[in-house]
Amino acid sequence: MAFLKADRLCKEFISDDGKISALSDISFEVEKGEIFGIIGLSGAGKSTLVRCINRLEEPTSGCVLFKDRSINGLSAKELRKERRKIGMIFQHFNLLMQRSVLDNVALPLEIAGAKRKEAREKAWEYLEAVGIPDKANAFPSQLSGGQKQRVAIARVLASDPELLLCDEATSALDPQTTRQILALLRDINKKYGITILIITHAMTVVQEICDRVAVLEGGRLMEMNTVKELFAHPRTKAAKRLLLIQEDDNEEKEAVL
Amino acid sequence: MIFDEKVMEMLLEGIRDTLFMVLVSTAAGYALGLPLGILLAVSGKDGIHPRPVLYRIFDIITNILRSVPFLILLILVIPLTRAIIGRSYGPEATIVPLTLAAAPFIGRMVESSLKEVDHGVIEAAQSMGATDGQIIVKVLLGEARISLLIGVTISMGTVLGYSAMAGVIGGGGLGDIAIRYGYYRYDTQIMIITVVILVALVQVLQFIGMRLAARVDKRKK
Ligand SMILES: Nc1ncnc2c1ncn2[C@@H]1O[C@H](COP(=O)(O)OP(=O)(O)O)[C@@H](O)[C@H]1O
Ligand SMILES: [Mg+2]
Repeated sequence: MAFLKADRLCKEFISDDGKISALSDISFEVEKGEIFGIIGLSGAGKSTLVRCINRLEEPTSGCVLFKDRSINGLSAKELRKERRKIGMIFQHFNLLMQRSVLDNVALPLEIAGAKRKEAREKAWEYLEAVGIPDKANAFPSQLSGGQKQRVAIARVLASDPELLLCDEATSALDPQTTRQILALLRDINKKYGITILIITHAMTVVQEICDRVAVLEGGRLMEMNTVKELFAHPRTKAAKRLLLIQEDDNEEKEAVL
Repeated sequence: MIFDEKVMEMLLEGIRDTLFMVLVSTAAGYALGLPLGILLAVSGKDGIHPRPVLYRIFDIITNILRSVPFLILLILVIPLTRAIIGRSYGPEATIVPLTLAAAPFIGRMVESSLKEVDHGVIEAAQSMGATDGQIIVKVLLGEARISLLIGVTISMGTVLGYSAMAGVIGGGGLGDIAIRYGYYRYDTQIMIITVVILVALVQVLQFIGMRLAARVDKRKK
């Protein structure tokens, strides 16, 4: 009875240079209330994997079970309804540039059928929850990266999701802002009981926030463990490599300091 | 004799007729071209609802209509114009070929405006469970509005140019005056004045359009 389950997911892309196998036989389970990380280098297939979960990408085979219900068997209409329970935030925030911050947050409420005025009133709550009610009437182009991601988080909270997918949500942010956003995600996880799936290439992110982590390399799941265990006893080369990269990063930072 | 009352009156009437033709034809052109452009953008290869066959059909129709020279179109649609308006000359009649020439042109511009919208934003809306209709209205049209507004300005300029060409078959407006005086009566002065007015009208339309676009743009402020 897993909350979220990926069952033998495969994804192939057909391109000009032939078939690319972006995901091969990926299976894992995420428990309710957990913060689960998927880490891998660029091109490992992380985005493809997370996009298969809400079917922004159709897997070639295999399926995703969300609360024991197959996402892949849903009709277009059922999928739209299910997607409201599965929020998503992105590396580049993906805010509407021509809408004010408040109207961005109101968008999912409008999509769910609320009147514009009603939606805007409710949107205030979520802006307060992410700590930027003062930016309600600003436009995304006037905000910093961290503020933009806060708006995106407020927007996702407005759909009252049970699961939150984060695709490199902090990769465009500096280390300090990253820490603030991760703290906000942890708050949300606690306060609203939202299960979070975090995709990242940075071990620091996993270390800071995740309960368990899976290592993805070349479209395959190499290793899965609690964060503590993985850091203490990495079993695969893939995991060791990612840990080494992080050590290099840390050393570099220390050298700069 | 240039600026006697009769000439003034004629020029004013020409300006009025030209503006009337341009505004009505552009509006009617959008009534056809906006849905066409949305259909092309949505059903195209990278659209939110790819439908290759449907896209191909409308793509070809649009190309064919676009490649008919306006002067030929003017003459080709005379029977249709007669059927709709009751006669084939004068400003009201010219609206028919103008609209038909503007619609595919506008369709292409709308298509290209909508295709400029950041794909990530569309995916964000999809991840919220938005329907295609909601994405069109709330995301595509909303995010592309500056580009669409600039498109309106360009369309008006183009329609204005076409409307002047319709003078050849007695289409009314400034173009008609220019051809009657300049071509049939060798009165270059009046012809030059009408051309200057036409150029000025295009400039004014451009100016208003661009100012408006800059005012509603929320991207850089
Ligand atoms: N739409 C696509 N068409 C073709 N190949 C793709 C597409 N999307 C991703 N890929 C390929 O799949 C692999 C995994 O990509 P991606 O999931 O974006 O990796 P990551 O997010 O880990 O950087 C890469 O080799 C990439 O080139
Ligand atoms: Mg990625």
